[in-house]
Amino acid sequence: MAFETIIGLEIHVELETKSKIFCTCSTTFGKSPNENTCPICTGMPGTLPVLNEEAVSLAVKAGKALNCTINTVNKFDRKNYFYPDLPKAYQISQFDLPICSKGYVDIDLDGKSKRINITRIHMEEDAGKLIHLEDEPISLVDYNRTGVPLIEIVTEPDLRSPEEAVVFLKALRGILKYGEVSDCRMEQGSLRCDANISIREVGSDQLNTRVEIKNLNSFKEVLKALQKEEKRQRELYQYKEEYKIQQETRKWDAAKGKTIPMRSKEESHDYRYFPEPDLKPIFIERDFIEKAVKNLPELPAERKKRIMESYSLKEKQVDILIGEKELVDYFEEVLSYGTEAVEAANWITIDLLRVLKDIDVEEKGIPIKASNLAKLIELIGKGVISRTAGREIFDEIVSTGKTPEELVEEKGLSQISNTEELEKIAEEILKVNPQAVEDFHKGKGQALGYIMGQTMKATKGKANPQLVKEIIEKKLKKFQI
Amino acid sequence: MEIAGFKIQDIQQGYREGKFSPTEITKAYLERIKELDKGIQAFIHLNEEDALLQAKDVAEKIQKKETAGLLEGIPVAVKDNICTKGLRTTCGSKMLEDFIPPYDATLIKKLKEAGAIIIGKTNMDEFAMGSSTENSAFATTKNPWDTGKVPGGSSGGSAAAVAAGFAPLAIGSDTGGSIRQPASFCGVVGLKPTYGLVSRYGLIAFASSLDQIGPLTKTVEDCALSLQAIQGPDSMDATSYKERSAENYLEEIKGNIKGLKVGVPKEFFQKGLHGEIAKAIDKSMKLLEEMGAELEEFSLPIMDTALSAYYIISSAEASANLARYDGVRYGYRSEIFEGINELMVNSRTEAFGKEVKRRIMMGTYVLSSGYYDAYYNKAMMLRRKIKDSFSKAFENYDVILSPTSPILPFGIGEKMEDPLEMYLADIYTVSINIAGLPAISIPCGFSNTKLPIGLQLIGKPYQENQLLKAAYHLEQQLEIDTTIPALKEV
Repeated sequence: MAFETIIGLEIHVELETKSKIFCTCSTTFGKSPNENTCPICTGMPGTLPVLNEEAVSLAVKAGKALNCTINTVNKFDRKNYFYPDLPKAYQISQFDLPICSKGYVDIDLDGKSKRINITRIHMEEDAGKLIHLEDEPISLVDYNRTGVPLIEIVTEPDLRSPEEAVVFLKALRGILKYGEVSDCRMEQGSLRCDANISIREVGSDQLNTRVEIKNLNSFKEVLKALQKEEKRQRELYQYKEEYKIQQETRKWDAAKGKTIPMRSKEESHDYRYFPEPDLKPIFIERDFIEKAVKNLPELPAERKKRIMESYSLKEKQVDILIGEKELVDYFEEVLSYGTEAVEAANWITIDLLRVLKDIDVEEKGIPIKASNLAKLIELIGKGVISRTAGREIFDEIVSTGKTPEELVEEKGLSQISNTEELEKIAEEILKVNPQAVEDFHKGKGQALGYIMGQTMKATKGKANPQLVKEIIEKKLKKFQI
Repeated sequence: MEIAGFKIQDIQQGYREGKFSPTEITKAYLERIKELDKGIQAFIHLNEEDALLQAKDVAEKIQKKETAGLLEGIPVAVKDNICTKGLRTTCGSKMLEDFIPPYDATLIKKLKEAGAIIIGKTNMDEFAMGSSTENSAFATTKNPWDTGKVPGGSSGGSAAAVAAGFAPLAIGSDTGGSIRQPASFCGVVGLKPTYGLVSRYGLIAFASSLDQIGPLTKTVEDCALSLQAIQGPDSMDATSYKERSAENYLEEIKGNIKGLKVGVPKEFFQKGLHGEIAKAIDKSMKLLEEMGAELEEFSLPIMDTALSAYYIISSAEASANLARYDGVRYGYRSEIFEGINELMVNSRTEAFGKEVKRRIMMGTYVLSSGYYDAYYNKAMMLRRKIKDSFSKAFENYDVILSPTSPILPFGIGEKMEDPLEMYLADIYTVSINIAGLPAISIPCGFSNTKLPIGLQLIGKPYQENQLLKAAYHLEQQLEIDTTIPALKEV
């Protein structure tokens, strides 16, 4: 019997606002504990929330980028539960009237497009963070994150495999990053994902008991956790033990590589949602939506299309560039210095990616200024340095931050394009390699390569290879006896 | 100096004539409180040192003839559920017994800007839940007219303070009648403004969609002046009004009331209304007619559902508003617990009083899945109908008149064992909060036992001027002697 996997995702995304959603505290990440707090976001008695319009604007932007309907009338509700990281003991969220509904993302599965539907997007405030001390019987609370604006994006159960889920997540992340809605940094928690997964027989359209998995902190963990749970459930179906699948919430333990039960359906909270009386319902004007849309930057699909049409690059290469917003932004910045597109793309997708493997780009940025890469490419193009020397300089720029000109000067890597000088060297080489000369005249093609190699070696790679080739070919004819 | 009968305007006149200084006035009130409040227990704590400093500042301002604020040098008693920076704010609860707010409520900022001197924080039912001030964790306030009776609640401390001459102005909060009912019981003027007119920022929430801050004074003129000082839009309160500019309430109250259309809803005069109250209200209605007002009896339907709707909505909101008192960040924390759950459960169990727990349980119940539609949703539906019912009535009338309370001030301890009976004390006041309307209670007579009786006037949204005008003229005609009863040190 054939089974298929059914996956739906709930994604929390922190909106890139300057201040929190209901007070004026900063949202800057990484401040010392409780530095970004005030009486409002710590739930002091008597305080009231006031909605940050920027959050609404970004939520609308997200909705538009994800092809949603914007609900021009929506409202906040209180979601009640006790937890020390939730100062008011209720989270201000949206229950039955969210800001966006019914959208979709088209993802690319090996060249085939598939539409993943989005059920809804709602706004809410983030909670704080508990810090459990290693050997102390107490926990500490950091409320810096409390009140940071979030959107929760809920998908339909349209995904059919863990791999598909990751493809979707990457596409979603791209859209939100390109749209400048969020920085989507999973390691900092600004993009968090919960997954619902169930199994059914192929051909059936019924949804079976699902399990919710929480605490998925990277794409890799999403994949691993879902594969693990998929395997567990499939086995149970295989051996007709599927009744053992309970509707429950399980927590992914990355260290142990398995899911652990958190709470069963019976233990699930009754959140007792009711309309937030401290905030008036939100009425979104058409102008407000239009403004948000106008501020929506080019999204990945449009950008890919434009780049494909503007430059003659291979689709694979464009896909690599589009895959990370930072890369494609960088690519176009390099082009702004007049660099040729294919050259720039090659350097970025080969040499830059090689060094980026060990660098956190989101944290540190790209370690070579676009102007420097452009200059480097220019120096090679003009024949000032060889391509080989260029690679060396590239690495030096990354580690020292110096300009290409400085490094060329410092290392004396200037290419020898002086014909007279090269002719002298070539003559020397020919003299000491009579065998190679003879081979050449016998018609052995590789002899030319050997002589060229020796010449380059003698110039420590600084010779302009094109010129060397011309000179040697000319000289060889002369050497003919 | 005989300050007991002083109105705000008497003090202002005294300052103008140089009869006394703000420091002398402040000292006189503080002395009177220290001498007599043991028998009344209107205050939870005084703000003596700070009040005298404020008085000195005001004195200097007056001397330099700097423009005076509306309440320059006026001592004010503030209900202890309004946050005062650096000054303990208990909400009448063991939970917040040692809570010192890190910020001032907007109301406090406004009072200070107006030059008022905050002399102390007044007693109240715990978290403003109650109608007698007996639910305070600290003391039961007595009615200055008869110390065997309750002062009403939940702003019983504020009403008693004004009645006893401890302050010419007190601030209360009104969620279902908590300003008007104690004003009625204590023979003072109490106004619940339109929802949104006075900022709630810094008012410790009981039921957010119903709570409203308002003044308690000896006269309608004092009330108008005080309202002028404390109202206004506030960017810290998303539910505060935005569009209207402030009116000059004091100036507008004197215009005449000839032709004023007064509706008298028969639903507010049915069984349960004390005979002596009915008689006193009747007398006031005649006076209004003599002054040229047009009175008409009419029916205000579905008012019988208001009390149920009120207790469902207010308890639901309270159950969420009071959830933050978990012993984690501030307030009471149990000494005995193991783990976070016990810390929360034990702290709440030990620090909340009986009535507060009852409301939290009611509120939690009506919001629970499976009961939400039967209770909360239905109550919200009724809320809309009650609002509509009033809107319709206001197509025909400028103000609506009723008794403030169906009963006279009752004995201390008399209703403590029967919460339902206690809830009935609010039957004429809750619907006004549900509809978000302004309403004022003014003294309109006394019972044979010399207990005050209050009359309630209800107005259109943001039409406090109409309300105050009608109340002012009635007050002038009634000529009630609000001379404070002889208070003795107990």
